[in-house]
Amino acid sequence: MVTTLYEKLWQSHIIEEKADETPLIFVDRHLIHEVTSPQAFANLKFHNRVLRHPERTIATMDHNISTRSIEINAAGEGAANQLRTLEKNCKEFGIELFGMGHKNQGVVHVIGPELGLTLPGTVIVCGDSHTSTHGAFGALAFGIGTSEVEHVFATQTLRQTKAKTMKIEVKGQVAPGISAKDIILAIIGKTGSAGATGYVVEYCGEAIESLTMEERMTVCNMSVEFGAKAGLIAPDAKTFDYLKGKDYAPKGEVWQQAVEDWQQLKSDSEAKFDSYLTLEAKEIKTQVTWGTTPGQVTQVDSVVPSPDDFTDPVERESCIAALKYMGLTAGTKITDIAINKVFIGSCTNSRIEDLRAAAAVAKGKKVSATVDAIVVPGSYRVKEQAEAEGLAQTFIDAGFEWRLPGCSMCLGMNDDVLTHGDRCASTSNRNFEGRQGRGSRTHLVSPELAAASAIAGHFVDLTSINSQVQGA
Amino acid sequence: MEKFNQHHGLVVPLDTANVDTDQIIPKQFLQKTTRTGFGQHLFHDRRYLDNLGNENNPEFVLNKPQYQGASILLAGENFGCGSSREHAPWALQEYGFLVIIASSFADIFYANCINIGILPVILPEEAIATLFQQSKEGLQHITVDLVASTVKTASAQYDFTIAPFHKYCLENGVDSVGWTLNKIAKIEDYEAKMPAWQ
Repeated sequence: MVTTLYEKLWQSHIIEEKADETPLIFVDRHLIHEVTSPQAFANLKFHNRVLRHPERTIATMDHNISTRSIEINAAGEGAANQLRTLEKNCKEFGIELFGMGHKNQGVVHVIGPELGLTLPGTVIVCGDSHTSTHGAFGALAFGIGTSEVEHVFATQTLRQTKAKTMKIEVKGQVAPGISAKDIILAIIGKTGSAGATGYVVEYCGEAIESLTMEERMTVCNMSVEFGAKAGLIAPDAKTFDYLKGKDYAPKGEVWQQAVEDWQQLKSDSEAKFDSYLTLEAKEIKTQVTWGTTPGQVTQVDSVVPSPDDFTDPVERESCIAALKYMGLTAGTKITDIAINKVFIGSCTNSRIEDLRAAAAVAKGKKVSATVDAIVVPGSYRVKEQAEAEGLAQTFIDAGFEWRLPGCSMCLGMNDDVLTHGDRCASTSNRNFEGRQGRGSRTHLVSPELAAASAIAGHFVDLTSINSQVQGA
Repeated sequence: MEKFNQHHGLVVPLDTANVDTDQIIPKQFLQKTTRTGFGQHLFHDRRYLDNLGNENNPEFVLNKPQYQGASILLAGENFGCGSSREHAPWALQEYGFLVIIASSFADIFYANCINIGILPVILPEEAIATLFQQSKEGLQHITVDLVASTVKTASAQYDFTIAPFHKYCLENGVDSVGWTLNKIAKIEDYEAKMPAWQ
């Protein structure tokens, strides 16, 4: 039978599929953190239930931790209480925890892949919507709510409605200097913020195949930002090379068998999808969001749109509201928008390649006097590597603050928050109203553009910066 | 979980598209380890003028005197997008909402609602537009009947669809974990056949 990658993953995880019940699927890997797990543990205890597979469950501290200190108390009383609750629960239920100061600690969607916890052909869930990141390995990975976290704890399964399928093909090669972040923002710009609701999307085409594993993670990470249940990229030799030898990846004969099985994980060439979207890679330019949903995005050499540019009444109203919140006037050149904060980090863009790209732009330059810029590596391993490669020093010399790993300003649960009216070039994934702090204004960009904007004090057309870097 | 069969209540219209869960419950209120205590912070940044939540924003629809006691939220498309935080439906439920009606919901939010006993009703855009119009013209009390899968207003009746198992769980207040634990033999069968790498 001719099937899609999603169908293969689905079929290999079905436990029970009955007409009158939502299908029951097996969960291979459950990642947890301090914010969305305490109530699930509490209910488990209330019902006196056991946690079925502690060895399939891995915990990290990331969402509300301080990026200035590894002390649990450094993030405030509420956060400390959640972090201690996680410690207690992990101990009680026998779950491995990467707590503060642990060499494996980091943002949950950064450590999963780097430790080899993320494997092709598996189902991975986490009480966090950006679990879609792990789809870069050909895993069916999606975010869940706390009641579902509890369901996975007790049963190692979930009830899931089968999704529709969407094929997103990016044809040809992107121009030099165009990042994975630009690709996914361009896709979301085409679909709108809910364009894939009810779908699992599979990214394919030459431009996707050419991406490194870390770049593929950036693409899949933002699948949820246009409503997709999950994002998928078929695993290939790059995937296997990346995982081989990782701490938690299979070894020896089991590895050989795994790779044999994983090589089957692709959509058959004749497979039919419920929906299709095609982009020409060469048409993708450097992206900047101007509004309050990731779909409100344009290219850096363009201008802030006008409500009149939208025929759909809902989009028009959303544009009016977004321009008001963002304090922007239609027709303003994107490169004329001044920023005063820069955040380089998050599960979208805090891996070593992201930091290398940003550091290459920042090297030998100085952060503008009007800008506060922070760099938050995704994990302790990323931090150590960045320090060993001299990237950290490059950032520090340029005037960026070099912080400890965590989710940080992406959602501002710790003290890394923007204040009212701050305008931030951020490598994170959400530009929602108030996301990074009440009244704050977020523009989503690539690490390269974030670094360049920190230096210039406003958005810049990277093609001109690139030529300066090459000329230097 | 409370059983849900039928509900008659006051509709409050929140006419904004893409209301994300950050708006429904901002991050500074996510540090609790309980399922309660979120209702007072629902829509915090839109509902209060100050950061402490002492000063109501009179412009925000939930603060208008005529909508006090509303139990049905009429919302714009793609309601509940963004973060998976179940704290969002917890906050809506604690505030007093039993039903949310929209033309579309984000997937995770929809599942979270079902799991805690809020009924998310999806109606076609034209029906939603009519309901918004009527709610703005005057107070609107409607009846949402899960058993019949209908929404009844003074002037019309709309049918909605919901997955049979979701309906069953809401109607009977099913403990979904307990339900699945009854199938443990099937889970064990599956586990026994998994390849070593999985």
